[in-house]
Amino acid sequence: MMKNAVSCRDVVVVRGDREILHGVGFDLRAGSVTGLLGPSGCGKTTLIRAIVGLQARVTGDVSVLGLPAGAPKLRGRVGYVTQEPSVYGDLTVTENLRFFAAVLGVPSSDVERVVEAVDLTSHADARVDQLSGGQQSRASLAAALLGSPELLVLDEPTVGLDPVLRRDLWKLFHELADAGATLLVSSHVMDEASRCDRLLLMRDGELLADDTPQDLLLSAGTNDLEQAFLTLIERKAGAR
Amino acid sequence: MTPRVTFAVAARVLAQLRRDHRTVAMLIVLPALLVSLMWWMFTDSPMVFDRVGGPLLAVFPSIIMFVVTSVATLRERSSGTLSRLFTMPMGKLDFLLGYALAFALIAVVQALVVVSIALYLLDLDIQGAAWQLGVVAVLDGVLGTALGLFASAFAATEFQAVQMMPAVMIPQILLCGLLVPRDQLPTVLQALSDVLPLSYAVDAVIGVAKGNGFTTGTGADTLVVLGFILAALGLGAATLKRRTA
Repeated sequence: MMKNAVSCRDVVVVRGDREILHGVGFDLRAGSVTGLLGPSGCGKTTLIRAIVGLQARVTGDVSVLGLPAGAPKLRGRVGYVTQEPSVYGDLTVTENLRFFAAVLGVPSSDVERVVEAVDLTSHADARVDQLSGGQQSRASLAAALLGSPELLVLDEPTVGLDPVLRRDLWKLFHELADAGATLLVSSHVMDEASRCDRLLLMRDGELLADDTPQDLLLSAGTNDLEQAFLTLIERKAGAR
Repeated sequence: MTPRVTFAVAARVLAQLRRDHRTVAMLIVLPALLVSLMWWMFTDSPMVFDRVGGPLLAVFPSIIMFVVTSVATLRERSSGTLSRLFTMPMGKLDFLLGYALAFALIAVVQALVVVSIALYLLDLDIQGAAWQLGVVAVLDGVLGTALGLFASAFAATEFQAVQMMPAVMIPQILLCGLLVPRDQLPTVLQALSDVLPLSYAVDAVIGVAKGNGFTTGTGADTLVVLGFILAALGLGAATLKRRTA
């Protein structure tokens, strides 16, 4: 049994003439839900794209399910949800999912399961471009759940969703993890952090912390994650 | 390459086109309308229409297919669906072939309409068989598709993709033998037209119109068009990048 689903060492990403990630390293334990938190523009999406094998000019070591990130054998074993809903607006939810199921080679009976999982059954036959933003991002999430991938990488999947739905989705994330999947969920909202098994805090292309929410609060001496984040930034500035 | 994936892409593209009536009308009706316009322009000199009518059956479908398909993969890139597909077992060639297959089907309908109208309504006079003209017209539509997909893989944005039309297609239209027979071009331009795909597409149509069957040089021209189609798709697949900045 593999212990770490993802393992990053000294990951550097350059885009244009700018270095976006400056040597990031961490492990994702198999079967855990990890939050990737940090302000917009800190490099979360770049890190995610490096893990799913879509980012160019990555140096360092990114290993996913025991293989180098982006290896052909990983295709279909890693579910990826981009920030913008990546589904076809001119097709219905079901048509979209049937197509992705065909590409993945999973039976189309799986479509019903994932539609139910994201609570879109009542809109299964609606065209995606006629759905609300939150419904569109859930359709996009459903596509990533097809075939039950071992690793799910979700880039801000809960933006714009109402609190009840967000709670339900986090419950779903933990159910998936209990079933053995590993999840990396990015967010810029601190209040989602407490729902994770583990947190990666990012700022300016560097990892500030890699800890459980409880230990993070403890080491910062606060009971507020936002405050803990600030304390970590100040400590780092002080150490320079 | 996985046939399952290729066919899934083709079926999906067709499903999307089915919802997009304006594009389908563009693809199927526009070439016929343009050919009719040319017929009208030369209504007092039907000899001219008989000379340019055939080549136009090659030129119009390929231009229109080019324009539509040149933005196709860009749309997928900007919507993020291409990123998603590239994390799935989707070969780059599967992706382009799926598009090519879907548009080839449209090209068949397009050719049926434009060739029927040209031959039976506008009395375009050709020596060869109607089906041969149809086959060449379909291939020319697919050529436009393949060149469009290649340009699409090459361009970084939709803005860049639409600029490919004048850059890639207009020189080919000028040099393909429609305006000046290719053997009357200056030597350098003649050599240039010898390496452009549309020249062979037009040569094939002219050959069919003259009554040369596929066992003659016209067959060779047709095979060259097919070669360009396969090369454009192969190069397009090679140009498409899984990893982007």
